[in-house]
This record gives sequence, structure tokens and C-alpha cells, in this order.
Amino acid sequence: MKIHEYQGKQLLRAAGVSVPRGLVVKSADDAATAFEELGGEVAIIKSQIHAGGRGKGRFREAPDQSGVVLLRSAEEARENASRMLGNTLVTVQTGEEGKTVKTLFLEEGLDIARELYLGIVIDRETCSPVLIASTEGGMAIEEVAAETPEKIFREAVDISTGLTDQQARAIAEKLDLAGTALENAVELFPTLCRFFVESDCSLTEINPLVVTGDGRLMCLDAKVSFDDNAMFRHEDFETLRDLDEEDPAEVRAAEAGLSYVNLDGNIGCLVNGAGLAMSTMDLIKLHGGEPANFLDVGGGADVDAVTEAFRIILEDDNVKAILVNIFGGIMKCDTIVEALLGAYENVGITIPLIVRLEGTNVELAREMLESSGREIVTATDLTDAAQKVVATLEA
Amino acid sequence: MSILVNESTKVICQGITGRAGLFHSQQCREYGTPLVAGVTPGKGGTEVDGFPVYDTVAEAVEVTGANTSMVFVPPRFCAAAIIEAADAGIELIIAITEGVPVLDMVRVRRELLGKNCRLVGPNCPGVITPGVAKIGIMPGYIHSPGPVGLVSRSGTLTYEAAWQLGNVGLGQSTCVGIGGDPVNGTNFIDVLELFQADPATESVLMIGEIGGNAEEQAADYITANMTKPVAAFIAGRTAPPGKRMGHAGAIISGGSGTAVEKIASLEAAGVEVAQSPADMGTALKRAIEKAASA
Repeated sequence: MKIHEYQGKQLLRAAGVSVPRGLVVKSADDAATAFEELGGEVAIIKSQIHAGGRGKGRFREAPDQSGVVLLRSAEEARENASRMLGNTLVTVQTGEEGKTVKTLFLEEGLDIARELYLGIVIDRETCSPVLIASTEGGMAIEEVAAETPEKIFREAVDISTGLTDQQARAIAEKLDLAGTALENAVELFPTLCRFFVESDCSLTEINPLVVTGDGRLMCLDAKVSFDDNAMFRHEDFETLRDLDEEDPAEVRAAEAGLSYVNLDGNIGCLVNGAGLAMSTMDLIKLHGGEPANFLDVGGGADVDAVTEAFRIILEDDNVKAILVNIFGGIMKCDTIVEALLGAYENVGITIPLIVRLEGTNVELAREMLESSGREIVTATDLTDAAQKVVATLEA
Repeated sequence: MSILVNESTKVICQGITGRAGLFHSQQCREYGTPLVAGVTPGKGGTEVDGFPVYDTVAEAVEVTGANTSMVFVPPRFCAAAIIEAADAGIELIIAITEGVPVLDMVRVRRELLGKNCRLVGPNCPGVITPGVAKIGIMPGYIHSPGPVGLVSRSGTLTYEAAWQLGNVGLGQSTCVGIGGDPVNGTNFIDVLELFQADPATESVLMIGEIGGNAEEQAADYITANMTKPVAAFIAGRTAPPGKRMGHAGAIISGGSGTAVEKIASLEAAGVEVAQSPADMGTALKRAIEKAASA
């Protein structure tokens, strides 16, 4: 689960981390008031969306407007806010469709001497959280890793002891921090690691972490996301969820116990198992088609869940044909066919349907298909299925 | 011979009184797996469909002499269940449970250090040595005994692979589902090492997917250590970046963990990579023929 920058900063502040003073605003008038309230000569206004690249991003409705702007007056705050709120911010991470900005965050301006990078993720190799730091703040860390890997420093975190004082100091020194900034770092780095572990984060990223003109460390940005599997331990985080930022079809699917990802193609896929579902997409592409979605109905889905899966696929107007690919194990082939035939009645299927079944109860399922009188194309194996579904669209 | 699961395997099921735990325990017993007992805290002394139930793994081990545990415990209690099994002297823990918090697995990995115990999973279909025992949720009938070692991060895609192997006349020594989570107990290299050392395994089919770099590491291992022919398939060539594709571990993040990188690494290691998921069985056949003519 992703959260907004301002929410991440609220959590970090509560954990004892230094973040700039800031106010959340949802109207142009509030933006002007917030500027006055912050009281400085300058302030920063930042669009709150679940995507990065906001500073370089532009609004579709106001092509000169950046997603992050330096303000010098309350009037500028009002003007910028009015061009941002309700409009669509397009960044490298949002895709062409962009994201509607509903919330803005106004922060005090800081005198910045240096910009650094700090991030914590789970490292699959060491099976532990790892603190990643770099002297190159404000850039995408992937670019730094590709171009100047020597500027990236890593420390694995033992979750029973946390990041030790020595580790924190070692990283701080590699970042060339000294004086107050060094002392701040030795306190900040372990605190962030503790926050990561205690909050079950999948990512805590501070980019940039800045050294101010007077030599203090401050978290200028905060990107925090959580491990969905651990949310049972953090019921209070549920209020941080912004459903507007999520794909409605994906949310619906999750509620039905399905795993769904919307894609750009026109061949809807209904598959059991994540690996087979990914492979089915690959297979379609390999045969010249374009998958419209990833959809894993899971092992324990019943007729209702599979019916909902058909509904979600069919509500995507791009979908011109559906490929059902089931390898029955726990999921029985006849359950799929029962739902599928039910979908003709309850949902209404008017586009071509190609079905490939194998595994548990496949004979029974094939008989059900044949005796249904529906125009359903059956396929004997994966290649046959892909060729048939692609041919349907070419016809 | 086989790996992990053999004639001396004796299994308990942790979480046997749950719906899935009981159903799959019955299925395993039907396949011929020596599933001797179950464990559910608070239900010790009872019996469920002929399986005696114990409160703790230690008790179950003491009474039955079990050396393997199949874990169906719900996600929030799964880590504790795995650690309990390890502490009770269980040598092989196969965790089927999906949805275990990743930091719980970090803790589990730390707890298991230095213990004589192997964890497979979580979020995996389990392990089957065809004709001997199946421990997990895979359908038994698609597997037949033979010389192929199969290792996979996936579930149904593994069934598909086993089925394709059957179609080209290749049975399996052992099939291991290592699971789709970012932090798991056993990785590709662990299993490749076991297959390389197992006299009954003549070739290996490896099924990976996007996310992480376990496949790249496996490729390095294969180059340095494997003499047996290996074929592979990598799922997720068309997966968009930044999106979790069902499995918690199947995500391209920061431009790394793509199928293209993995396929290139494996091909550089001399692995026969199936371009289509329909080609997994035939790819292995090609790998075997190539090795024979080399």
C-alpha cells in the first residue's frame, strides 16, 4: 500500500524524524492562508499523488504548471493552487493518463546546501532490510546505480539489533557528513530503520535528504509504502489509504479475492495461478496479440469469484476477445465452466471466448462446454489457444 | 533416489484442523504420503478424519517420529509455526501459506540460521517425489516418476510444466516449488545443488519469473557447477514495471528484475530457455539431446 508524501512525513515526524513544517491544503484560499501561517519568505507547494517525478511533471489542463513550485507570496500560493487542484498531473511515473491532484502540501522553504539520497528496502539476497545511501540526492536512484554505482553505499540491517551506531556512522562518513549533520545522521539512520521495521514498510525513501545551510539534516521528501501482507498489524494505516489513487477494477478484484492488473491490450485473460497468468500474457504477445489484463483467480475461487472475474474483464471496453486458461489443480475445471456458462446468463458475453482447460475434472468440464450450445472455441494446448484467440481478432 | 522427500519422510501437518489443511492432508494421504499427525494449538488429544492432533510440534514429533512438516497455518501465525517446527527438530518444513509478511520471513530466516533444518516456501505448492510422497497442494496424477528435477517459483505453471514433461515422456525425480515471495526459505541455487548431487536426477527444468535476481544468481551457479542439462522458462516478459503480478515477489522495481535480463543470463550460462510457455517440455528435451550429442 502506497501513501502520500504528507502522510509519510506525519508518520516520520511522530517517529522522531526531522521533516520541514508543512500544511495540507485542499483549496486555493487555504493555500494562501497556509503560506501566511508558515510565515517564511518562501514556501514550496507540492502535488500529492502516488507517483514520483512531480517536479518535472506538467498539468494537462495547464501545460506550463509544474507539480512542485517555489512560492514567494500568498498570492502565488493561491494562483498555483488554483492551477493544480482538480487538474491532471502527468509525470514519467503516472503514464499518459496522469493523476488528478486533490491535495496539496505547503512546506516551509529551506536553505539547502547539499542533497543526498536515503532509502530502505528488503534485500532479497541477504534476506534483511538494507539501508541505501548516496551522495547523489534528487535523482532517481536507479540512474545513479547504473551510471555511478560507486556513489551508492549499502548497510544490511539486522532486525533484532537495528542499524548499529557504527553502521550509521560509517554511512554518514561515506556521505562526507561532519559536525551537526554527522550527529543528526547517527540518530536519523537507525530511527528510519526502526520506523521501516515497526511499520512493516516495503519502502521508506527520503530523496532528497538535505543538509541545510546551517548544517542540519532534514527529510525533504518522503516516499513510504507498506507490505500489504502485514496490514493486519496496522489497522490504523487503513485510514491512510487513498482509493482515488488506485485502479477501481483492481480494488474490486482484490475485494473478490482475485489478483488483477489492467493492461493496454484487447485480449482479456482469465487464468488460475500467478505464474500461469503471466505466462498466458507472454504467450498472447508471442503470437502477435496484446493482453488486456493479468488476472489470477487463485486456487480457492468459487463460482461467485470467477463470475466477478468475468464481469471485471468485460467492463474493460478495450476487450474484444477472452482467453480462459485453466490448469486445474485445487481449482476444478468444472467450477470454471459453471461460472463461465453462468456469465453468459448473468453478465452477457457477446465477444469471442476461447477456452483451454487441463487438469482436475477436465473431462466433465469439456462435456459441460459441448452440451451448453454456446459458441465457445476450445483449445487443446497453450499454442493452440493463443493462435485461436489472435486469429479471432484478425478475422 | 530423489531430493528432500524420500522413503524415510514422515509428515505432520501444522494447521490440520483448518479447511485447507485438512483437505490437502487427506489428498496427500490418498497419494500415499505417510502423513502421521496434525498440530493445532488447543486441539491436542482430538482426532480429525483419522489424523491424531497434538497441541505442539514437539509432542507430535515425540510420539510419531515425524521429520517433515507441511504448514497451512494462517499468515499471521505462520512464522511462529515455522520456528516452532524448527525448534522441535523437524528437518524439512514446507510452508504452503500465502500472505506471510515479508519481515516475518526475515525473522524466520534469522531464527533458522545454524539449525539443522530446511524451509521450503512459503507461498508455494510444496514438494513431490512422484510415486513416493507428495507434500503440498499439487495434483498428484500429473506427475510420474522419472529423471527430471523440476524447480519453480510458481504453482499452476509448475503443473503445466509437469504435464508437458509427461507429454514428451519425461517423469520427475522431485518437483520443488520454492514459492513466489521475495524472502523464502530455499532458493534456486539450493535446489540446483541438490539436483546436481542426486544420482536419480539427470536433467533439470527451472521455472522463474520477474522480480529479484534469483535467476541471474542461478545462472552463475549453473555456469560454475552444473554438469547436468538445464532448461528454463521465465514468466512475465510482458509484465509492466512497478506492478505486483499476483506473487508478492513478482514485481519489476527500479527497472531491474525483468524477464529479458534473466533470460539473457540463463542463455549465457548455456541453459536452453523456452521462448513460449508451451515449449517448456520440448525445451528440456532439446537440452538433453544437446548434452548427449556434445
